[in-house]
Amino acid sequence: MDFSVVIEYFPRLLEGAWVSLQLVMISIILGGIFALPIALARISPIGWIRAIPFAYIFFFRGTPLLVQIFLVYYGASQFDAVRESFLWPVLKEPFWCAIIAFTLNTSAYTAEIFRGAIQAIPHGEVEACKVIGMTKTQMYRRVLLPRAFGIVLPAYGNEIILMLKGSALASTITILDLTGMARTIIARTYTPMEIFIAAGVIYLVISIVIIAIFRQIELRQNRYLGTLSIKVPDKG
Amino acid sequence: MIDLHGFGDQLLQGAVVTLELALSSLFVGLILGLLGASAKLSSVRAFRWIANGYTTIIRGIPELLTVLIIYFGATSVLMAIAGLFGYDEYIEVGAFAAGVTALGLTFGAYATEVFRGALQSIPKGQHEAATALGMGPIRKLYRIILPQVWRIALPGLGNLFLVLLKDTALVSVVGLDDIMRKANIAVSSTKEAFLFYLVAAFMYLALTIISMVFVSFMEKRASRGLTRG
Repeated sequence: MDFSVVIEYFPRLLEGAWVSLQLVMISIILGGIFALPIALARISPIGWIRAIPFAYIFFFRGTPLLVQIFLVYYGASQFDAVRESFLWPVLKEPFWCAIIAFTLNTSAYTAEIFRGAIQAIPHGEVEACKVIGMTKTQMYRRVLLPRAFGIVLPAYGNEIILMLKGSALASTITILDLTGMARTIIARTYTPMEIFIAAGVIYLVISIVIIAIFRQIELRQNRYLGTLSIKVPDKG
Repeated sequence: MIDLHGFGDQLLQGAVVTLELALSSLFVGLILGLLGASAKLSSVRAFRWIANGYTTIIRGIPELLTVLIIYFGATSVLMAIAGLFGYDEYIEVGAFAAGVTALGLTFGAYATEVFRGALQSIPKGQHEAATALGMGPIRKLYRIILPQVWRIALPGLGNLFLVLLKDTALVSVVGLDDIMRKANIAVSSTKEAFLFYLVAAFMYLALTIISMVFVSFMEKRASRGLTRG
């Protein structure tokens, strides 16, 4: 194996990695925004309101991401109505199709994570807030949301890693993300092993950085737990 | 009724291939997972390092990349090995074999963590009790440890199988005739992309539901010895 080709094409791989990061960041942010109402509807006391997010979540978690991407990218263009609509400039761009598919997908997973977190807060804490005389806004701002945030963090970190790995599928609809770029380079140099391994190492580094960031946030967020394993930074 | 333009049979054949791939990868992955978990809990440091390296690498890179690396890499690795034995014909690794290897490796890495958790959750007293009853290490493993590990690990493994089932779609990228590729073929000749990908999606959904039912049946069976209360 000849790794000089990796050095030669490394800047191109980094370009691809940047596209992957953009895909992940945009979908995670949009997905997070959509996930909250979906999660709240999912725990609604009214049956039919619960049913809609249930079906949505079931579909997006039960089918492969690849199918979802193809449905958006190739599927949407099957209908003349879509081709003639104002949405077409967005839907003909592979990048935005990938964003749409990833956002729908990750919002389904994230909604389940949020639901779990909201349901995990003991009811006694809600009652305690009321007894102290907090308003509803105060209760959410001071107690429930920070608590849910702390509970959500580990699972949310995992979801971002899964999204990063899922973003490789963008390469199947001609996007030059890290995997797509690697495949393009290989088509020119025919050195699949070297380039794919280099791409794998870049993905690994990105995952490790994400994990490290989340571990830091988690330590900060859950510092009230005061476990011995969690170090409190010295003051002064 | 939905008109599939005669591609219905093709899609069903694809479903059979998808299922074969998923079950073969499950088999490989379960073995790798058990080996990985034993290595992680081993007292030999080298084994722990290998197992940690394996799970970190496989879980950190995209499944699609694993499939591509195995598909393109296996050929050159096998040819290099065959070259050592003086065989220099071209060897091609099929998409199915590459898929089983890649998905088996992926499943194995995640299953390693599931099995490790299950193995660790068995109280030390059970090991001691088994030894006190005069069981050897192998008999202890078969009669006491593994049946409990199975029960504890089953929900986790079930989830992993659902992930595996969806990951099989990735092997269509290297040309395996699974549901996904059959749908691609149907789309390229009928131009009805939305219809066929939606049908494909519902086929995966159906396989998912069947697997969920099967897993919950297995879970009930595995915990039949457990009395609650």
